[in-house]
Amino acid sequence: MNGTPYTTVIGLEVHVQLKTRTKLFCRCSTAFGAAPNTQTCPVCIGLPGSLPVMNRQAYVLALKTALALHCDIPACTKWDRKNYFYPDLPKGYQISQFDLPMSRDGYLDIGDPQGRFPDRRVRILRAHLEEDAGKSMHDEVAGRADSRIDLNRAGTPLLEIVTHPDLRSPEETKAYLTELKLLLSYIDVSDCNMQEGSLRVDANVNLHLPSPSGTIATPIVEIKNMNSFRAVERALAFEAARQYQVWQETGRKLGDVPKQTRGWDDQAQVTRAQRHKEESSDYRYFPDPDLVPVRVTPAEIDAARAALGELPAALRDRLVTTYALDRYDADVLVNQGRPLVDYFEQVAAQCQDPKRASNWIQQDVLRTLNERGIGIAEFAVAPPVLAELLRMVGSGTLDTMRGRQVLQQMVDTGSDLATAIAALGITEMSDEALVTLCRELLAANPKIVADVKNGKQQALGALIGQARKRNPNADPTRVRKVCAELIEEM
Amino acid sequence: MSLIELTAAQLRDGLAAGRFSAQEITQSLLERIERVDRSVGAFLRMSPDAALAQAAASDQRRAAGRCLSPLDGIPVALKDVLCTAGEPTTCSSRMLANFVPPYDATVVRKLREAGLVLLGKTNLDEFAMGNSTENAALGTTRNPWDARRVPGGSSGGSAAAVAARMVPWAIGTDTGGSIRQPAAFCGTVGLKPTYGRVSRFGVVAFASSLDQVGPLARTAADAALLLEVIAGPDPQDATSAPVAVEPYSRTVAEPLESLTLGVVREQFGAGLDAEVGAAVERAIGTFQALGGTIREVTLPHSGYGVATYYLIASCEASSNLARYDGAHFGYRTDEAAMGRAVADQQRQQGADAADDDGDSGLLRMYRQTRAEAFGPEVKRRIMLGTYALSAGYYEAYYLKALQVRRLIRQDFDAVFGQVDLLIGPTTPTAAYCAGEKLDDPLAMYQGDLYTATANLAGIAGLSLPCGFTRSGLPIGVQLLAPAFHESRLLRAAHHYQQRTDWHTRTPELS
Ligand SMILES: [Zn+2]
Repeated sequence: MNGTPYTTVIGLEVHVQLKTRTKLFCRCSTAFGAAPNTQTCPVCIGLPGSLPVMNRQAYVLALKTALALHCDIPACTKWDRKNYFYPDLPKGYQISQFDLPMSRDGYLDIGDPQGRFPDRRVRILRAHLEEDAGKSMHDEVAGRADSRIDLNRAGTPLLEIVTHPDLRSPEETKAYLTELKLLLSYIDVSDCNMQEGSLRVDANVNLHLPSPSGTIATPIVEIKNMNSFRAVERALAFEAARQYQVWQETGRKLGDVPKQTRGWDDQAQVTRAQRHKEESSDYRYFPDPDLVPVRVTPAEIDAARAALGELPAALRDRLVTTYALDRYDADVLVNQGRPLVDYFEQVAAQCQDPKRASNWIQQDVLRTLNERGIGIAEFAVAPPVLAELLRMVGSGTLDTMRGRQVLQQMVDTGSDLATAIAALGITEMSDEALVTLCRELLAANPKIVADVKNGKQQALGALIGQARKRNPNADPTRVRKVCAELIEEM
Repeated sequence: MSLIELTAAQLRDGLAAGRFSAQEITQSLLERIERVDRSVGAFLRMSPDAALAQAAASDQRRAAGRCLSPLDGIPVALKDVLCTAGEPTTCSSRMLANFVPPYDATVVRKLREAGLVLLGKTNLDEFAMGNSTENAALGTTRNPWDARRVPGGSSGGSAAAVAARMVPWAIGTDTGGSIRQPAAFCGTVGLKPTYGRVSRFGVVAFASSLDQVGPLARTAADAALLLEVIAGPDPQDATSAPVAVEPYSRTVAEPLESLTLGVVREQFGAGLDAEVGAAVERAIGTFQALGGTIREVTLPHSGYGVATYYLIASCEASSNLARYDGAHFGYRTDEAAMGRAVADQQRQQGADAADDDGDSGLLRMYRQTRAEAFGPEVKRRIMLGTYALSAGYYEAYYLKALQVRRLIRQDFDAVFGQVDLLIGPTTPTAAYCAGEKLDDPLAMYQGDLYTATANLAGIAGLSLPCGFTRSGLPIGVQLLAPAFHESRLLRAAHHYQQRTDWHTRTPELS
């Protein structure tokens, strides 16, 4: 980042598991967590004679994603075989897409409302469909390596989204991943769960160093095994520093050594060179003769585009223009996902005070959701109720603090607004009662009275706290006003 | 007349008339097999009890008036490349010697649903790679007409079984001529349907873009009957064509329209045996007598057919056969022995030497498994295909072959604008002696000269008996039709057989 003598250049390959009910080329379930090898059939375990048949739903989800990423969609795409031997690849090849991917040339915009990095358009090189491999599980039993294979995952549809090397820091990379994940959740195409492997990130990284003869690039390294966005951020930061050190020691430039693959060790917080696998050699791609090309009409593309709904970037813009929210607030709301934005919009419309609605949702509502680990759908207070509460606060019927108590009461008990207010003993104090209370306070606090008389208006604040202790229904604004008037008269 | 002499159509009529039972048919064939298959070796496996049980069930259905189809109770043999649920499917390879698929091929399912009795599995060149059935790892098949000679291949077992009257008809597969060529060598009818006409699901793949399942029978009428059962689109095969199945068994006997038959002059040049050429010329004369018009045509790119075919087929095979790695099913090398060998090697050469390839046991297991369980021809094609797909060679070989394939297809498109069918020899020679070409793969590959182009173009082709050499070997004539014109092909063949008796001759076997 800033202050370093180099620029970190990062490109990402993100594998997203598409949310289909069944696998890409057979009718086996894609559900996570089943007992090993129970979700398999002759096709996905590659038995002789079995043939793949494409699951069109996977293409439809991939199409949605590609359109949301502003990609070009060719009218015809095909399947290719990527040949290599590995025990988790039962056919000895992976069905993927090589030279005619189902989409290419899109982009995703990222930005930071706090300005830590400039707004950036990250170009998408291509997004293509492929089948997942199985999972190898290595048990070290009594000193003897014992490997087992679970093929439940084999054949699950993946969309591989490849960016140009447009990212310039670990922070930007994390922002890209966060925005991508948000986009995918808005269009409902993936669970994006890194723990369950439904979102996997590989990064290509090198450094650009200024020199009198132009920019020098260091060798590109591919980083794998990053199991969280945080791990991605840390791995990239580590790798940039490591590459700079290696550059200083060896002076090696791009092209001097073959591309290296390194794995992130989350325990040790370092990247380590991975053993040279035969994978890095020749995959002998060729068109899969068992499958036919996939065709899509302009009408189907238009229909898919129309069905996308409002995407996060557009939604942020609309919240800013329609509700006069600032960029930061719009960002917070939109980043929480579409259901929270819908909640906000209902509250804002009904209480006629978007700014207040935004503040309360960001503070009180989100805190509750986080504490309870629930989503907005499970939140006990419906939008009209919160809107009514905010109207009472806005009109001064309830002060902010009492409003918060009422909200908490409703969250805790699930009661309606009137019941919560009654349960907290909230009634409006009469003018006489308030004046009486204020007189007592002034009598008990001659020092404050003197301070105020000497022009220290802020001394009144201490009286408000005391007033609320004596009677929680004492409205701070009215207490301040009445006390000031009484002191004036004294 | 003995039951084994009857065609499937005659068996159908006899069953319907109650002249004999399915059990009697099966029993007769089992006895025939018992008597002659020792010298022919057509079958890799059969289970007489299971076959008789199927026949008994068929007889019961017939007695109850619940026949599954008119063909209910007629036996059929399957090339051992079609998966049969719960029964071994070996591809005549050591690799799959113990492989038992959990499912039926679509074709097998359709045969069962029509009530046919599955008599047994026939021999083939390993993974259908070859045209003499000499590459079979699990059996030796001889030509029923001359035991010193090969039956052709790769569907040699199916062709020999039909020719030797061990079964009225059989299923084969044809990737570059593997149905038509053994049909010619054994004197039977063999039909390679249009690519996509018959489902490939459950057919162990050799070259996916070329493989096609088809019938071998004694008559074109029988081939039409069997094609009608097995043809049709299949949701489990994305490459099967959404084209309705014609009633071939009816259209086959319809009057022959006045056909224009194209004769490809290139096919009568160097390399064609004189006796074969003469027999084919006589067959052309017969078609003229049947009202056909003969027109000379040219397929300018057919000379590249064999090379193009072997490139594409080998490339696809190299990938299709990658799954046989010992990890999940099929043969695996003896790992204990492998471990001991490594230990010995380490003792002799020092600890570093043995593991210099950087792999643990995995790559060695792959290598050793494939080295031990694949035969030489399969290895040759895997190596050829792997090479041709490799970086730096892909454009020069695989991609070039695809381009030539397109030209060959265009040749056929152009020719079928002028003629209804093409006619010519099926093979350059009649059956050759066992071992004659085993050490000369290129000479062996030339046997596909007239057949492979139909697979490259995806069109339909049929071979039928048209004579014998002086030494008594059958000769085949090949008819080719545009895609999905099997009915025209079968009808022409049927009318030819109405005029000739080549197909009625039976090899002498004891
Ligand atoms: Zn499956």
